[in-house]
Amino acid sequence: MELQEFITNFANQFEETDSSVFTKDTVFKNLDEWSSLLALSIIAMVDEQYGVALKGDDIRSANTIEDLFGIVKSKK
Amino acid sequence: MKAYIKAISYYLPETVVTNEELIKEFPEWSVDKIVNKVGIDQRHIAKPDETSADLATKAAEKLFAEYDIDKSSIDFILFCTQSPDYFLPTSACLIQKKLKIPTSCGALDFNLGCSGYVYGLSLAKGLLLGGIANNILLLTGETYSKFLHPKDKGNRTLFGDAGSATLISTDGFAEIGNFSLGTDGKGAKNLIVKTGGMRNREKADDVKFDENGNPISSNHLYMNGAEIFNFTIKAVPPLIEDTLKKNDIPFEEVDSFIFHQANKFMLNYLRKKLKIEESKFPYFMREVGNTVSSTLPIVMYEEMKTNNLKGNILLAGFGVGYSWGATIIKIQ
Repeated sequence: MELQEFITNFANQFEETDSSVFTKDTVFKNLDEWSSLLALSIIAMVDEQYGVALKGDDIRSANTIEDLFGIVKSKK
Repeated sequence: MKAYIKAISYYLPETVVTNEELIKEFPEWSVDKIVNKVGIDQRHIAKPDETSADLATKAAEKLFAEYDIDKSSIDFILFCTQSPDYFLPTSACLIQKKLKIPTSCGALDFNLGCSGYVYGLSLAKGLLLGGIANNILLLTGETYSKFLHPKDKGNRTLFGDAGSATLISTDGFAEIGNFSLGTDGKGAKNLIVKTGGMRNREKADDVKFDENGNPISSNHLYMNGAEIFNFTIKAVPPLIEDTLKKNDIPFEEVDSFIFHQANKFMLNYLRKKLKIEESKFPYFMREVGNTVSSTLPIVMYEEMKTNNLKGNILLAGFGVGYSWGATIIKIQ
């Protein structure tokens, strides 16, 4: 799995935030659009695209998109 | 002998809370976001002096009137709730008196949430096939609104109060098939009201706010949405598979899949994961929200009204406990 593709999949879950905002270093919980509902969208995306069950704690412990990518990769 | 559903009805409390009203309290919430993602426009909320047993009683009265049921024929009351009137006596006993059902009937409460309706059908079928009762009144009633912290915008958006009534008998319009049931108590902590019962009898004073600004309090309902979502992703597909196997009905021959109406986002994800066509997957939550143990009978009632409750119907409930269950009902 590739980081760039993960960032695109991640960005696709957002409706209001422009996709250009998302990089590997984005601290996603600081985005205005971030919410507990969006966390569910990320869990669904990771289940669908990578077959990995992402826990609430995994999202809590990640700061950047790259952090989360690392967690998903380690669970694959 | 076979067990059948003979009649279904439901009751909603009068007070309605719309998304517009919620947004006045939570300006950061947007109507579009709620409707698009959660699929809920409004929810009905019980009055301070209105309990789950009251809602179930009203649903039963509606059922008797709509189907012209002779209540002296009822010989068992099953009441599913997690918010009884008292620790004791049993709410089903209070309901017997209110409904003036003969004192020769059996009555009991059982405590389940989103899986409760399916479990109720399984208990009713057992009572019937065991020759213990012939006309079982299965009631559900829930007032989660009373468990919610006023600042808990997420759960106040999702949950609505309601009661339902179903008559299970030796004849009726839908034959109750075989069941697949499951339980995993390790999920208890992810959907819980911690205080008020015997484990933590005294109220706590421990409200704190999580990183999304949602209150977490031992005196109120706590739901770890991410963990509940993960649980359903994991538990529901095998539940459906096992239910089809136990009923010897192939996936293609199921005419509709009625799932516990948790929220639209989660259900739509499950639907896609299970490759169920949209036309076979009814929703009814826009006007009522997630009514816990009443969601399945509410969808069935509404589907019946529009003449869409036909053929092989798979009913699935899953949630708090964790507890899950499913069955297939057959309508000729």
